[in-house]
Amino acid sequence: MDASTAFKPAAPDAVDRALTISHLHKEYRTGHPVLKDISLKVEGRGMTAIIGPSGTGKSTLVRCINRLVDPTSGEIHFRGQDLARLEGRALRIARRRIGMVFQEYNLVERLSVIENVLCGRLGYVPVWRAWLRKFPAEDVDRAFQLLDAVGLGDFATQRADQLSGGQRQRVGIARALMQEPDLVLADEPTSSLDPKTSVEIMELIARRAGERDIPVIVNIHNVALAQRFADRIVGMSKGEIVFDGPPRALEEQHLLAIYGGEGWLE
Amino acid sequence: MSDTALPPPARRVAFPPNWPARISLLALAGYVVYASSILDITWTRFVAGFGHGARFISRMFPPNVAPDKLELLTGGMIESLQIAIVATVVGVLLALPLGLAAARNLSPWPLAWASRALIALFRTFHPVIVAILFVKAVGFGALAGMLALIVASLGFLSKLVAEAVEEMSMKQVEAVRATGSPFLSLVIMGVLPQVMPRFIGFAAYQLDSNLRNSALVGLVGGGGIGATLFTAFQRFDYDFVLTIVLAIIAVVMVGEIISGWMRRLFQ
Repeated sequence: MDASTAFKPAAPDAVDRALTISHLHKEYRTGHPVLKDISLKVEGRGMTAIIGPSGTGKSTLVRCINRLVDPTSGEIHFRGQDLARLEGRALRIARRRIGMVFQEYNLVERLSVIENVLCGRLGYVPVWRAWLRKFPAEDVDRAFQLLDAVGLGDFATQRADQLSGGQRQRVGIARALMQEPDLVLADEPTSSLDPKTSVEIMELIARRAGERDIPVIVNIHNVALAQRFADRIVGMSKGEIVFDGPPRALEEQHLLAIYGGEGWLE
Repeated sequence: MSDTALPPPARRVAFPPNWPARISLLALAGYVVYASSILDITWTRFVAGFGHGARFISRMFPPNVAPDKLELLTGGMIESLQIAIVATVVGVLLALPLGLAAARNLSPWPLAWASRALIALFRTFHPVIVAILFVKAVGFGALAGMLALIVASLGFLSKLVAEAVEEMSMKQVEAVRATGSPFLSLVIMGVLPQVMPRFIGFAAYQLDSNLRNSALVGLVGGGGIGATLFTAFQRFDYDFVLTIVLAIIAVVMVGEIISGWMRRLFQ
C-alpha cells in the first residue's frame, strides 16, 4: 500500500544511516506470521513512529532490526550490510552501532547508574576492562556528560533500582547514546510512564538524537505523542503496514484502518 | 435478577474425599508396622540400650583435656578447617562456570545438558560415600577428604547457580546483549550482578556445611578431626571423645555465625 509506494531501493552508501527493510517475514510458529512481507525504508535522520494495536508485530519488527529476534526471511540493509544475515562477531559489531531504549527500561538493577550507562561501551571495550571496571577515561567522561545531558548528573553512583521510572528511562537513553549509535530503536519507551513523564522522555529522545542527527525508530501506543514528535508515522495492523505518511496526513479513517472498530474514537 | 427465581441447587461438596491419598496413607502406616516387626525392635532391647547409653555417657565425664590430647585435638581441627576452607574456595571457583554452563537460558542446549548431567553425577552420592571412593583412589588423609568436599560443594553450588541464572531477569540481559557486548562482558555486567548476592549466600552456607562435613569425611579416612574422633572411639577414650565433640560443636557454631555475617554483608 502506502509503504510500497514510499519504498525506494537504497543507495549503496556505507556511511549512510538509512535503513532499508525488504520483504521481512517473521513467524514464531509456522503458519502464524507476525510480520507479513514488510518493506520499509527509513531515512538516515528524524523520528519514525510505528503505531498500531498490541500484538500487531511492532515490537517484533524493531527487534528484528538489532536481531534480538531472528527474522524468518527478508533483508534488513543498514550501513552496507544485511543485518538479517549477520552472525557472531559481525552481528555484535553491527549491534554496537544500534542503540535501544526499552519499555521497561531494562537497566541492570544492581549496577550503579554510571555502570549502566557504560554498558553502552561493552561492544567496544575488552572484557577485562568490563571485569575490573577500568573503562577508558574518555568513555567515563562521556558517560558523565550524557548523564548531565539527561538530567541525572547527581545520580551517577546510585544503584539503578533506586530510581523512579522516568529517571530509569533517562538512564536507558544515556546508555543507548553511549553506544555512539547510527540508529536508535525505542520499543514503547513511554508505555510504563505517566503522561507528563512520557512527554519529557519523548522530548529527550527527539532532542538528543536530533542534535546528533541519529535516526530514531520508535514503537508507540500513544497516537498523540507519535503525531507530536515524529516526522513520519507508519501504521501497522495484523503484521502489515497500512499507513505511511507525515503526522498531519494521519486521519480518523487511517486510525480506523490501523486499530479497527470505531466506538473508541468518540 | 434471574438468579432469585432459580430453584435451590443441590448441596455441592466443597471438600471431596481424596481416596488415593487415604489409601496411600493407610498403606504407609501398614508398612511401618510391618517393617518394625521385622527389624527386631523390642522393648527389652530398648531398655538395655538405655543402660548402655548411661554407662557410655558416664565414662565421658570429665572431658579429657590432657596436654597431649589437646595437641591431637588442635592438629585434627586445624586440618579439618583447612579441608573445609580449601574445598569451599575451590568449589566456589569451579561452580560459577559450571553453573553458568548448565543454565538453559544462556548456554547452548548440548552444553547445558552435559553440564546438568555432570552436576547430577556430583550430587548422586553423599559426601561420605564420595570420600570412601577418594580414600581408595588417593589413600588416607586430608587430600581424599578435600576432594570429596570439593565434589559436594561443586554439586550443590553449581546447581543453585544454574537455578539462579535461569530465574534472573532476561530483560536486563537482553539490554546488555543489544549493546553488542561480547558474551563474557554480558556475563560480567548483565548476569553476575543479578546472581552474585544469592551466590555469596550459597557459598556461605556451603562453608558452614563443609565445616560439619569435614568431621564426617574423617570418619572414613579423609583426615582431619573426624580421623581423631574415630581413633578415640576405637581406643574407648570416651572422655577424649567428649572433648572432640564439644570442640566440633564450638567450631560449627562459630562457622554459622561467620556465614550468617557474610550473607548479611553482601545482601
